[in-house]
Amino acid sequence: MGVQEQYPFDVEAARADFPILDRKVGGDPETPGEGPGDDTPLVYLDNAATSHTPDPVVDAIADYYRGYNANVHRGIHQLSQEASVAYEEAHDTVADFVGADGREEIIFTKNTTEAMNLVAYAWGLEELGPGDNVVLSEMEHHASLVTWQQIGKRTGADVRFVEVTDEGYLDMNHAAELIDDDTEMVSVVHVSNALGTINPIAELADLAHDHDALIFADAAQSVPNRPVDVKALDVDFLAFSGHKMCGPTGIGALYGRESLLDEMQPYLYGGDMIRRVSFEDSTWEDLPWKFEAGTPSIAQGIGFAAAIEYLEAIGMERIEAHEDLLAAYAYDELAAIDGVEIYGPPGDDRGGLVSFNVDGVHAHDLSSILNDYGIAIRAGDHCTQPLHDELGISASARASFYLYNTVEEIDALVDAVGEARDLFV
Amino acid sequence: MGLGSDMYRQQILDHYKNPRNYGELEDPDFTHVGENPSCGDTIQMEVALDDAEETIEAVRFTGDGCAISMASASMLSERLHGMSVDELDALDTDDITEMLGVDISPMRVKCAVLGRQVAQDGAKIHRGELDPDRTRTKTEE
Ligand SMILES: Cc1ncc(COP(=O)(O)O)c(C=O)c1O
Repeated sequence: MGVQEQYPFDVEAARADFPILDRKVGGDPETPGEGPGDDTPLVYLDNAATSHTPDPVVDAIADYYRGYNANVHRGIHQLSQEASVAYEEAHDTVADFVGADGREEIIFTKNTTEAMNLVAYAWGLEELGPGDNVVLSEMEHHASLVTWQQIGKRTGADVRFVEVTDEGYLDMNHAAELIDDDTEMVSVVHVSNALGTINPIAELADLAHDHDALIFADAAQSVPNRPVDVKALDVDFLAFSGHKMCGPTGIGALYGRESLLDEMQPYLYGGDMIRRVSFEDSTWEDLPWKFEAGTPSIAQGIGFAAAIEYLEAIGMERIEAHEDLLAAYAYDELAAIDGVEIYGPPGDDRGGLVSFNVDGVHAHDLSSILNDYGIAIRAGDHCTQPLHDELGISASARASFYLYNTVEEIDALVDAVGEARDLFV
Repeated sequence: MGLGSDMYRQQILDHYKNPRNYGELEDPDFTHVGENPSCGDTIQMEVALDDAEETIEAVRFTGDGCAISMASASMLSERLHGMSVDELDALDTDDITEMLGVDISPMRVKCAVLGRQVAQDGAKIHRGELDPDRTRTKTEE
């Protein structure tokens, strides 16, 4: 029986919503569509970097610009009212999607990185000092690693890293050692964008809360492809990016417990976030607007909500099952190639991505060669440089999947990896 | 086929697998290291000059990176022997692609020119034209 028969939903029907998947690549990038080699079908396996945008989301954005483009919260006129309602309701959609109590707990940011910085500045600079510590993991993305590292330097707080085991899991014994009564924040990636590891966030939340610390989950690689519920994970903060989940760039969300957000001072000042301003002082708008200074990314916020509606129509359990199936298949097929080393947990226990190296072939060369086959993968350190140092490698290749990827595309990847290896031996 | 596989002609693969002048010099006049921040490729170039400091007498390099950056550094190390310092200064990207003898896809030009950039910056620092503390050799075209 073909693996295709186990698809949890109609993948071909979903693909039809993404016209970009039909485009051809190859040839001279300066003159696309004109040269020989322009006839290679695209195989897009760089979804952990950014996902594609389905027609209903593009339409929602176009509808806003064509039909009710206006600034939000400022006009009494009808267009402003329509835009304000759509933009505000987008917060409700996001809140429902991750199980938050309401829009008060959802702050729109530019992306995960900005959400992380918001908490680091608004909470970290205020609350941290010498003697305190922040606990991260060795597999953090630079978005959290660099941010807390620098906040640590500015406040004098110690920044600690939970080790990763040889199998690519977090060493939970080490976590239990590091998290102590001086820990103020535990900030850990939910699904690793480099190893594919699914970290036990709820367990870490227990550890953190036992020591009166807060926990922040970087959910950039989990919210797009599995059901995520902030209550079930028991997190205090959680962040994700719209562009990795069928939405546009320029929009992401920070979930924060309302009681914490209430206590926190704003991170950006300006219009839209104030209630009353005099020359001497100002007071702040209610949540979440207190943290959304200036004209926000309105079209992107509306597109973000449309993306969530798109994903929910397919069903997050089904998307997760599809990714599990592709990850396990890709893991086994790649592992069967001579000279391929895969990083992270086994194929049946990981998110929808596989990072690997081919003996004797640098990841950049591999990626260049795969590009000739129309295959888009990522090569580099995937913004996890210290983790790559720990692994003793300077770069790796990463294939990452999404709801529209197919087994045939993984077969194409596997064949091309074999060709690349043959070229170099 | 597009540009990708064409880049990996025999000569490139040969220099990648058997890099020439790989290692370090006993007594270099200058040593310089550079990396490509976007991809992590690192190259160190060591250069010995004649007494007049006008001509390159010996070159060694070490590094870690892709076939394009390593092969380019290897081929450059051969080219630099006997070259004048002025000629080194004048080397541009076209000279490097010509030396490689293949079309380099736009995303990979940075890799191809890393070795040249390291050698040129090293020479400038040696002459006091660049402040070593403020030079982080990055290859940006
Ligand atoms: C785990 C993880 N965290 C954070 C980020 C940063 O996301 P963004 O660049 O959208 O801020 C990414 C993706 O690049 C990621 O994979």
